[in-house]
Amino acid sequence: MDVGFSSLRSEAVGAMRMALVSAENLQLTLKPEPSQEEQALTHNKSSIKETHKAGNEDLKEMLESNKESLKLEAMKRVVGLISKGKNASELFPAVVKNVASKNIELKKLVYVYLVRYAEEQQDLALLSISTFQRALKDPNQFIRGSALRVLSSIRVPIIVPIMLLAIKEAAADLSPYVRKTSAHAIQKLYSLDPEQKEQLIEVIEKLLKDKSTLVAGSVVMAFEEVCPDRIDLIHKNYRKLCNLLVDVEEWGQVVIISMLTRYARTQFTSPWKEGATFDENNDKAFYDSDSEDKKDTTEAKPYIMDPDHRLLLRNTKPLLQSRNTAVVMCVAQLYWHVAPTQEVNIVTKSLVRLLRSHREVQYIVLQNIATMSIQRKGIFEPYMKSFYVRSTDATHIKTLKLEILTNLANEANISTILREFQTYVKSQDKAFAAATIQAIGRCATNITDVTDTCLSGLVLLLSNRDETVVAESVVVIKKLLQTQPTQHSEIIKHMAKLFDNITVSMARASILWLMGEYCDRVPKIAPDVLRKMAKTFTAEEDIVKLQTVNLAAKLYLTNSKQTKLLTQYILNLGKYDQSYDIRDRTRFIRQLIVPNEKSGALNKYARRILLAPKPAPVLESSFKDRDRFQLGTLSHSLNTKAAGYQELSDWPAVAPDQSVRNVEVIEPVQEWAPSVGKTKKSGKPKSADKFYSDDEEEKEAEGSESSKDSSSSSSEESGSESEEESSEESEKTSSDSGKSSSGSEKSSSESESEPKKKKKTKKAPQKKSKSPAAFSDSDENGNGPVAQASSSSAESSSGSETDSEDSDPPATPQKKKKKDVKSKPKAEVKSKVEVSLLDLVDFSPAPTNAPKSSVISSSLLSDLEGLSLSNISSTMQVTTPSFGPVKTYELLHHMTGKGLSAKYHFPRQPCLYEPSMVAVQVILTNSSDHSLEEIHIGERSPAGLNIHCFNTIERLEPEASVTVSMGIDFSDSTQAAHFQLCTKEDQFSVSIQPAVGELLMPSSMTEQDYSKEQGKLLGMNETSATITMATANTSRLAISKQVLSVCNVGEVPSSQNTVHRFAGRTVNSGALVLVCLELKESSTALLTINTEKSVMASMLLRDLKQPLVQA
Amino acid sequence: MIHSLFLINHAGDIFLEKHWKSVISRSVCDYFFEAKEKAVEPENVPPVLQTPHHYLISIYRDKLFFLSVVQTEVPPLFVIEFLHRVADTIQDYFGECSESLINDNVVTVYELLEEMLDNGFPLATESNVLKEMIRPPTILRSVVNTLTGSSNVGDKLPSGQLSSIPWRRAGVKYTNNEAYFDVIEEIDAIVDKSGTTVFAEIQGVIEASVRLTGMPDLSMTFMNPSLLDDVSFHPCVRFKRWESERALSFIPPDGNFTLMNYHVSSQNLVTIPVYVKQNICFFETGPCGRLDITIGPKQTMGKTVEALMVTIHMPKAVLSANLTATQGNYSYDLATKVLVWDIGKLNPQKLPNLRGSLSLQSGAPKPEDNPSLNIDLKIQQVAISGLKVSRLEMNGEKYKPFKGVKYLTKAGNFQVRT
Repeated sequence: MDVGFSSLRSEAVGAMRMALVSAENLQLTLKPEPSQEEQALTHNKSSIKETHKAGNEDLKEMLESNKESLKLEAMKRVVGLISKGKNASELFPAVVKNVASKNIELKKLVYVYLVRYAEEQQDLALLSISTFQRALKDPNQFIRGSALRVLSSIRVPIIVPIMLLAIKEAAADLSPYVRKTSAHAIQKLYSLDPEQKEQLIEVIEKLLKDKSTLVAGSVVMAFEEVCPDRIDLIHKNYRKLCNLLVDVEEWGQVVIISMLTRYARTQFTSPWKEGATFDENNDKAFYDSDSEDKKDTTEAKPYIMDPDHRLLLRNTKPLLQSRNTAVVMCVAQLYWHVAPTQEVNIVTKSLVRLLRSHREVQYIVLQNIATMSIQRKGIFEPYMKSFYVRSTDATHIKTLKLEILTNLANEANISTILREFQTYVKSQDKAFAAATIQAIGRCATNITDVTDTCLSGLVLLLSNRDETVVAESVVVIKKLLQTQPTQHSEIIKHMAKLFDNITVSMARASILWLMGEYCDRVPKIAPDVLRKMAKTFTAEEDIVKLQTVNLAAKLYLTNSKQTKLLTQYILNLGKYDQSYDIRDRTRFIRQLIVPNEKSGALNKYARRILLAPKPAPVLESSFKDRDRFQLGTLSHSLNTKAAGYQELSDWPAVAPDQSVRNVEVIEPVQEWAPSVGKTKKSGKPKSADKFYSDDEEEKEAEGSESSKDSSSSSSEESGSESEEESSEESEKTSSDSGKSSSGSEKSSSESESEPKKKKKTKKAPQKKSKSPAAFSDSDENGNGPVAQASSSSAESSSGSETDSEDSDPPATPQKKKKKDVKSKPKAEVKSKVEVSLLDLVDFSPAPTNAPKSSVISSSLLSDLEGLSLSNISSTMQVTTPSFGPVKTYELLHHMTGKGLSAKYHFPRQPCLYEPSMVAVQVILTNSSDHSLEEIHIGERSPAGLNIHCFNTIERLEPEASVTVSMGIDFSDSTQAAHFQLCTKEDQFSVSIQPAVGELLMPSSMTEQDYSKEQGKLLGMNETSATITMATANTSRLAISKQVLSVCNVGEVPSSQNTVHRFAGRTVNSGALVLVCLELKESSTALLTINTEKSVMASMLLRDLKQPLVQA
Repeated sequence: MIHSLFLINHAGDIFLEKHWKSVISRSVCDYFFEAKEKAVEPENVPPVLQTPHHYLISIYRDKLFFLSVVQTEVPPLFVIEFLHRVADTIQDYFGECSESLINDNVVTVYELLEEMLDNGFPLATESNVLKEMIRPPTILRSVVNTLTGSSNVGDKLPSGQLSSIPWRRAGVKYTNNEAYFDVIEEIDAIVDKSGTTVFAEIQGVIEASVRLTGMPDLSMTFMNPSLLDDVSFHPCVRFKRWESERALSFIPPDGNFTLMNYHVSSQNLVTIPVYVKQNICFFETGPCGRLDITIGPKQTMGKTVEALMVTIHMPKAVLSANLTATQGNYSYDLATKVLVWDIGKLNPQKLPNLRGSLSLQSGAPKPEDNPSLNIDLKIQQVAISGLKVSRLEMNGEKYKPFKGVKYLTKAGNFQVRT
């Protein structure tokens, strides 16, 4: 019956086939007739293709029709096909005809098609090229842009030259949109034909100069793709990119920040202070810089962040508030890799915020936090609760959170975390529960306080119903016991009891291993376990068998009396096991432990081999080694190096020349920057020399100094001579150019051209600068002889600036002490800077753009300030803050200090170590009869106090004294800095309490700016008082002297005689402090202070009142 | 950067592919399907996968996978963020992001994708720029288009693309000028078995719906800006003003947008609006368990709690639930094992209660762990942190707009452990 049926069926099928074949021959379509089953029997594919073809036929007709709407309809269907991944390539000829269509939507769809299939139909694609070439000249920028987009997307090698030409033209297009498109096209062309690299780099170089925010992101992308190693192209655009960053679209921001991260790591020195190495030469270098190389301004300091480095960090910080998670992550990784360690924590809050975002975002962010929290657990600890796991989290999110919580665990929070873990262990997600047990194990090893708690908790879990939980617990307990096996024989016994109920092989194996390893602690139980194992040996898994053999061997060695037979039995079972691994092991063990006539030398050592103490396993994070990858990258996420991953280089030991980033027309900072690169050579031997010469008689010191000066400045002289020649053409500015030339050691050409340029462009300031010139000239003339007396060689007129400065001290003879020798050279350094900036004096009428430029610039401003003061009234030089200390305070009396006495004063100079510090000079004198050794600074308080200490003074002879400088960051408060001054034998607690006026630094501004700034600081920010002035104080000179004696501010030129204005900034935060004294009739006056630091204002008011009221 | 994009539905069919560089065969997705198979739940698929030649970065949203293929190193968040923008844009254009809608509008989607990326690098992701280039479909427009033959594609470069404020197009005109802001706060909390709060914080968002003529410049100030601990802004907000004055100053995009997200500083105690008394237990003997949940108001600031809903993911062993609710309805989905109790308004006089028995699969072991409850609720007209907008000013335009601020508190990730 059955047979008959099947034969019938096969017949039927055969008949159908016949019919089909005949139908095909007849060119008939049998579509309606055959049912689905039968279709499957025939060639399935061909029939579908057939229908397909038919469909395409009608599409072709539609495309070739005259009706626009039909064509559009057809194109839409074609795009539908493409989107489904179906092949529509045979329509190419019909489609490409429509490339010049007027209908914009049709045209766009044709573009879509063309880009998709041009690679396959290269010859036909060429037909469309001329259309694009024409469109590239279209007046509509949108059309030009999209034409370039499509043209560059057509991957046909023949048109490479056309593309290149089009890209070059578009790069010079007026429309930023078209330029942006050309930046994209660069990458496409590069991937099509890498041969064009050089040409493309030229275009990139040009586009990098583009100031449009629209272009910036795209061109940096092109840069990254084509020539990421050509870091030199970035230099000139670095500052521009930093400044544009906030306005660039979000995707561009990501690309630019990643690129700048790499840039910063190659161009700046490490901000991660390791201290010691740098501090070593610090003080010496410091003095050195005074005496010889005036260039030595930045390099000699311990670490001062390059202003450009700071610029990058400052300009990226607001982007942490971006809504785009990629931008936030990118800034975070920038801070992680580039910022000083103490600044990294500002990113944590933003990263934690991202955890509210989509699941995938959480995943990536958590991965990065996991890596970060290994190295710096402190910064995420306050956010610990944000990492608590919710039952609705995806598994990979849960495990990551667990990882982070484990990383964050410390003595203080471990109890909270363990309580949290308890909930997780009970989770329905068993994989997660197992991971939690692992995490508990890690906490237990890391924090010894809780090891016991964790162990007992884990032992409780052994009675859990879930097998995976139990197994994981056993494994973790095994690891824990291994770290401290001594007190835990109870647990081992407990586990032996559980052994019968545990079925997971890994757990069984772990227990067996524990028995064997610590068999001496459970001498009664271990043999029994072995006995049980002997029974079930054949039914066990391989891993359990191996451990059984191990256990047997170990017991045989320690307790052969009881276990000899058992062991032999097990070894026999193992000998005939199916797994060769077990057979091997058995054979090996037998040879090793069972003594027989053949047994070799190893037998003696069996005990030592098998029962050797084993090191405890280290439980560590799986994210331990991820820090080799840059955060936020794909490679970091996958923990393998992704294609095209660029290693982040280590910080350079020495910063490359920073002047490369200078652009032609710039703010003061850049002008100054070049002096840094050359500083290295400042001779160390000389520095030592100098250091000690301080203690010598001042005249000698001065003599040697100035001679060195002149010799070292010989190159300068020559430079300035040529300068003078050139400046003869315009004689009235000779002093101006002379100064600039001597200041700019870097390159005479630059300084030559610059003043001239200024002369041409700015006539008005030039006149102004004439009067200062006259002053300095007179200085020069007046003091020339003095200088000559002290230094024989300094006769050239071009040495003017050093000489005239040298001769300043004689102008203030009454204050002359030993320390002045030091303060003077410093003034020199300063003046050096000033002078180089002289040509910038005409910037000061519009300083509003200058102050915000960088941290350094504020100190520069003060430099400018000093300069402008000296220019405006030469008499001011006496009191101007830059020249010499005002008051000296006692730090340590020689009675309390057992012979060591210390005094300090505020030199009122921008601190060289860090701009936010106040410079303090300390004079240490040994008034005892024996020499003091190892004078240094010990503990300080408050704990976070940021002090830049002086180097340890090895030895101070009796009656000798030495001056050292320190930097203290008072954080704009008058809270005293306490620290310990230590000698080899003793420690003395001392404190420096700054007067409020010392927390300021002068700031230069014009009268207009002053009133503008004052206008902003009204209301709560204004403090004022009416005072009765002492009659002696009413002159301008007297007033400024009194004010400047109290606080380190700069005088603001005033048009009114009765109003005196002073401006300064707080050292730490740079908040503006404006002091205004308005004289009224009958010697009363209104004293006003405007600043946002109101506490400071009232203190300052009090301090100022006193000297003004007193005669 | 982004090489290709595949849209994959829940069942694992690729229903759309788009390549921005040369074509990559869709067989690359096999690695993804493998991972999907292994992960069981679609949420558990790792977002970043490695294959021999490509890297797959995917997101799962609205039951669809957006799978992108990249070939070289790229910040993964960059791609993820972009994929979410694509999903957002589709949602914005068609009302929701679903397979059928994408299939219906495949040409528009394709045109959008074409504009959003050029050579794998994002070109235009601002919704208003895109809307000027490719107009979203409306019934009216499709009728007009078929009659006149005009198209949905703009022929001019959107002005926003070029200006420094790409989020706003020029020449916006409205007869009714209005600006509405919704301050929505979500409470994230974990409450443990005993009712103590393990963790609680408030996240807020200000959603804006601004329809104003011309180029208005708005500034919004708060009564108590110190509450805001961490903020993120729409690009239109001027960061400098925020830093100096704690005021939001911005030229708004046209239409609906998210103005800012914020986090309320953790020093402020978070008020938990409801308490939950629950008792869920499974008996050692016999395949059943008991459930008893009561919810009552705790600190509601004098407002009523609305749209209260409890969701419980039951252990796999729970077969069915036989419960009675004193208020609202409950449903138990057998496939997903999710029990949902929709309560509605919370009446403080008569507390809603749900009790009854759960039947377990016979033979299965008693579930180790009790499921946790996820609570959803809404409180109108109050921001639970106490944040208040003090004023909203407009400069730059002459007319007087209608202004309004609405407050709403919701439960975010509100979980009660049992």
